[in-house]
Order: sequence, then C-alpha cells, then structure tokens
Amino acid sequence: MNDIIQIRNVTKTYPGNVTAVDDLSLSVREGEFVTLLGPSGCGKTTTLRMVAGFELPTSGQIFLAGEDVTDRPPYERQVNTVFQDYALFPHMNISENVGYGLRVAGMAKADIKPAVDAALATVGLMDKAAVRPGNLSGGQKQRVALARALVRKPKVLLLDEPLSALDAKLREAMQVELKHLHEQLGITFIFVTHDQKEALVMSDRVIVMEHGRIVQSGTPSDLYDHPVKPYVADFIGNSNKLYGKIVSADAGQVTLQVGANSVQSTPGQTRYAPGDEVLATVRPEKVRLLADGEDTGNFSVIPGTVREVLFHGSSCRLEVDIGEGQLFDVDVQLERALHTSGIHGSGASVNLAINPDMVSVFPIAEDNV
Amino acid sequence: MKESTRRNVTSFAIVSTPFLWTMIFLFVPYMVMFTYSFYLKKFPTFIPAFEFVNYLTIIVDPQYYQVLVRTAKIAITVAASAVMIAYPLSYFLVFKIKSNQLRSILYMAVIVPLWVSYLLRAYTWKTILGNEGILNSFLVWSGFLDQPTDIFLYNQFSMVVTLTYIFVPFMVMPIYMALEKIPRSMIEASKDLGVGPIRTFLRVTLPLSMPGVIAGATFTICLTFGDFVAAFLVGGPNGAMIATIIQSQFGATLNWPLGAALSIVMLVIVLTIISLSDRLERAGRIDLD
Repeated sequence: MNDIIQIRNVTKTYPGNVTAVDDLSLSVREGEFVTLLGPSGCGKTTTLRMVAGFELPTSGQIFLAGEDVTDRPPYERQVNTVFQDYALFPHMNISENVGYGLRVAGMAKADIKPAVDAALATVGLMDKAAVRPGNLSGGQKQRVALARALVRKPKVLLLDEPLSALDAKLREAMQVELKHLHEQLGITFIFVTHDQKEALVMSDRVIVMEHGRIVQSGTPSDLYDHPVKPYVADFIGNSNKLYGKIVSADAGQVTLQVGANSVQSTPGQTRYAPGDEVLATVRPEKVRLLADGEDTGNFSVIPGTVREVLFHGSSCRLEVDIGEGQLFDVDVQLERALHTSGIHGSGASVNLAINPDMVSVFPIAEDNV
Repeated sequence: MKESTRRNVTSFAIVSTPFLWTMIFLFVPYMVMFTYSFYLKKFPTFIPAFEFVNYLTIIVDPQYYQVLVRTAKIAITVAASAVMIAYPLSYFLVFKIKSNQLRSILYMAVIVPLWVSYLLRAYTWKTILGNEGILNSFLVWSGFLDQPTDIFLYNQFSMVVTLTYIFVPFMVMPIYMALEKIPRSMIEASKDLGVGPIRTFLRVTLPLSMPGVIAGATFTICLTFGDFVAAFLVGGPNGAMIATIIQSQFGATLNWPLGAALSIVMLVIVLTIISLSDRLERAGRIDLD
C-alpha cells in the first residue's frame, strides 16, 4: 500500500527556543488508523496541526499523497480535522454546518443536499439537520463535527483528542463507532490522544511520542507486550518496576538479581553482560499466584506477603511486599465472587510466578521516566 | 419572627437602597419631566395644563424635526465612522498581535482617553481643525493651501470628527470583546473546510462578532443623541443637535414645557434604539461555549 502521508525530518520550534517537534519522520499508509499518543506537550498535537496546515514546520517536509504540501494553507489541503472542542459554527444549523465547505466551494445546491444528508446519515443524525449546535449534546456535536469533516471526502481525517470532552460511557461507545466508521469508509485516520486505552482500542498502529520525538511505533499489542523503553511501559498500562543486576546472560535468556530474588527474562535483541544494572518491568496481570506445590516450570518465583487487596469488580489487585518494603502489584481476574475465589487476605504469604517472556529488561541509563 | 417574615425583611433591606435611589433620582424626575411636557408656556414662566401643544409644535414646526433628523444623521455617521475605525483596530489587536502583553498595552491605549475630561478632548479638536489650527498650519506650510481655510471647523464635518474621536473607545470595547470570544478553532475549522481567509472572515468571523458591532453602534448612537458639548464647541450654526435645542429651552429660551416634550421624544427614540438592538442581538444570539 502507498504512503498517504509522509513527514520527513520535521522540526517545529516556537519563539523562546521551545522545540515542540524534533526532527520527526513518519509515514502513514493509505487506509491506516494511526494514533499519536503521549502526555501533553509531547508534540502530538503540533504534529497533527502541521499536517492540517495550521502550523508551518520550522524545517522539514510534509507530503500528502506524494505531493509536497509543507507550505500550503489549510484550505488547499485534502485533509479535514475533527477539533477537540468540535468548533461547530454556532450561527448555522447542523445541515448548514455540514454543507458549509461545499457551499462556499460553489457546489450546486442540488448536489449539496444529498451529500449533507448522506454524511448526517453516516453519523446517525438525520433528524437534527435543522437544529443549531447549541441545542445538541456533546456526543451529538461530536458526530456533527465528524460529518462535517467527512462530507468533503478527505484523503486523511485528522482527529485532535475528539473524545476527551465526553463522559466515560459515551467515550467508549464513540471509540467503537469511530473504529467501525474507519473500516466502513476506508479513509486514513490520524488520531491524537493522551488516553492510552483509547489508543489501544482503536488503532492499527500507535506512535508513542515524548519531547517531540517518536519513542516507539507499533501495533497496540506490540507496544503493550514489548515496550522499547520504560517510558512506553509506564505510559501504556501499568507496570511493576524491578531494579536489579544481571547475574548471567545466555543466548536469549538473562537472569537478574532483584533484592533477594532472581528473575528470568528473554530480552530479545539487546545484549547484556553480567554486572549490568538493569530495570525490569512486569505487567500486574501477567503474574500468577502459585498454588501450593505447583510446578514452576521455567517461571521465576518470588515469595511475598500480601499487604492490600483492592477490589476492582471484574478483577482484584494485590499489593504484595516482595521484601525490603518493595510493593509488587498483581492483578487477579475474578472468575467467582471475591470471598469465594480463595484470594489471600492481607498478611498472607504468597508465591508469585512470572513468565520470562513477560519480563521486559532495559539498561538502567534509559530509565529517565 | 417567622422565618418567612425575617427573610422578607432582609430582602427588603437589601433592595430598598437601590430602589429608593432609582425612584428619587430617576423615576421621579422622569415623571416631573413628563408632566411638564403637557404644561403651557405663559410668559414669563408656564402654567400647569394638560395640552398636547408642545408635542404638536415638535411635529409641525420644521425647525424641530429638522434638528431631530440632523441629529439622527450625525449619530448614524458617527457610529459608521467609529465602526470603520474600531473594527479593523480590534481585529488587528485580537488576531494579529501575538504578544498578550503588547495587546493589552495597545488596548489600554485606546481606552485610556476615556479618563481624560470629555470637554478637553472635544476642545482639542477646535485647536486642530480651527483657522489657526494644526491642520491648516500644516496644509499652508506644505503648500497645499495658499491661506488657511475655515471649512474644517464649525460644521457637521467637525462634529462627526470630534464625536467619532470621543466615542471610538465605546465601539472598540464591545467589538474587541466579541472578537476575543471567538474560539480560534472556529476560524481554523473554516479554513480546514476549504474556505479561504476572506470568505472565512465574511462567513464566520464577521457574523460571530456582530453582537459587538451592534452593542458599539447602540452606545455611539445613543451617546451622540444626548451630546450637546461637541455641538457647542465645534458645531457652529448648522451643527445644532437635539440636545442643544433642549438645553436652550431650559436656559435662554425659558420654555420648559417644550424642552420637556423634546426630552421625552428623545427618550423614546433612545429607548427604541436600545430595544431594537436588544432584539437584534437576541435574534443573532449565539452560544460560543
């Protein structure tokens, strides 16, 4: 498939020498759903705004469908944006809002109406055509903003944290709806969010950003299971952090000493030597509580004491003291009610079993989180 | 004391001062004025009566409605000139000045003249536009004119210039506020939808700032209607305004009943303008949240 968007070595510097985007290169394939993920100030929104044409890069180039659009104003780019605050025109009703771009572009009235109706039908708001934006709910405004952007048949749809103003339930519903819309229309989506759950649910590919640079780019499960930096492990989902020292390094498997315990890991590409200071991260739900006398296989076993049991409904989280006061979180899926599940209460001794494939190891210098 | 009684007493205490103030200093004078407008002039003063002759005079005697029409003309011209100056200025301040600090300094520079005596500001224009004034001196010095001209002062032109100068801050303030309230994303959305800057201005920025323009126009028109100082200082013989005439009825001419009737007519005109602008604003009422 072709690259619909190519960002080549783009840097954006603001007055006062603030670098928002730092030598960023990124290609987006046609039809892809790409999410730029990161905390505020990581440059994700600035990147999106440069693709839309609201900001000019200080250096670098942006290509849209093979054409250099770096210096083109927004009204000459075939991309459309869904704004965080929706930015619906309050002095126009919904169908006027959706038809605005077509009307001003000089499309015949007879052609505008079917186009607007189709766009409103796509988002399920046919009955609101004559209503003003002020009389719509947040979710409905969101849909109108979508319809208004889609009616122009953009090559790329840019979404700037469009769900952040919605309440949790509605946000989840909209996530699914956006995903379906993307599959149905086949348009390339570039989505910006600071919400890692949102990114994981919707995207074909997630790009994690920090300080104006890309930290990692990959499928949601790639990022979750194989973070390349502690920053990614920390930003996406929850992680237990274990600081330790490599004691042995064989092909494909390392053993590290963490306090009084030893933990195995399969670190992938990176080569370690005994004595290296490392940080290991483990997801709380990837850890199992070992039943008495159960065979450990190649799993690492860490003994500990339960300090706290936090009930989350579908699961519960155990805070386990694994020595020297270090707490280790373990998420246990509850297949039965909490009190019949055999979960140990506070003060109980447990053995934690950790699959080496589920332990990510990073050189300590990279732990700048 | 019962709970409800106590609450009534409290709310009465809170409301009574402004209520009394309004009654004594606004409502009663208006009523006095209204009553006087039906009195009859009888040299050397006037006698109580209930006659419509004063109102009739205003309608029949061309002298009065001509002044009313002239006042309206000047008021509308002043409002239009003020918009011409204030809109681009506010637009420039809000959209083109990137530094917040510089923006507020420039905005204050526009507003600050309001603290200078009104009389002084009107008088300034006398020294600028006059026969020996700065403008004439400049034109003679630069060779445009052989000798000073008196076409700048004591006419409707000098009235409009002076009043526009004085009232421009009242136009800048609401337009500035209206423009500042427009979310930038609204303008970006327009461009994003393929609409260029000029049409974005005409279809998004201008309509969304109209409430400010309407408010500013209402201020300037109503203030001009009530002004007699500019007319007195720079107006000349054909610069007389309705307020000038009213003032002379209560002064030199000593015809209070006619003056009162003229005042009531003016009050009705101003109230009509205000309610009209209110209705206009409500029709275009938009939520920018």
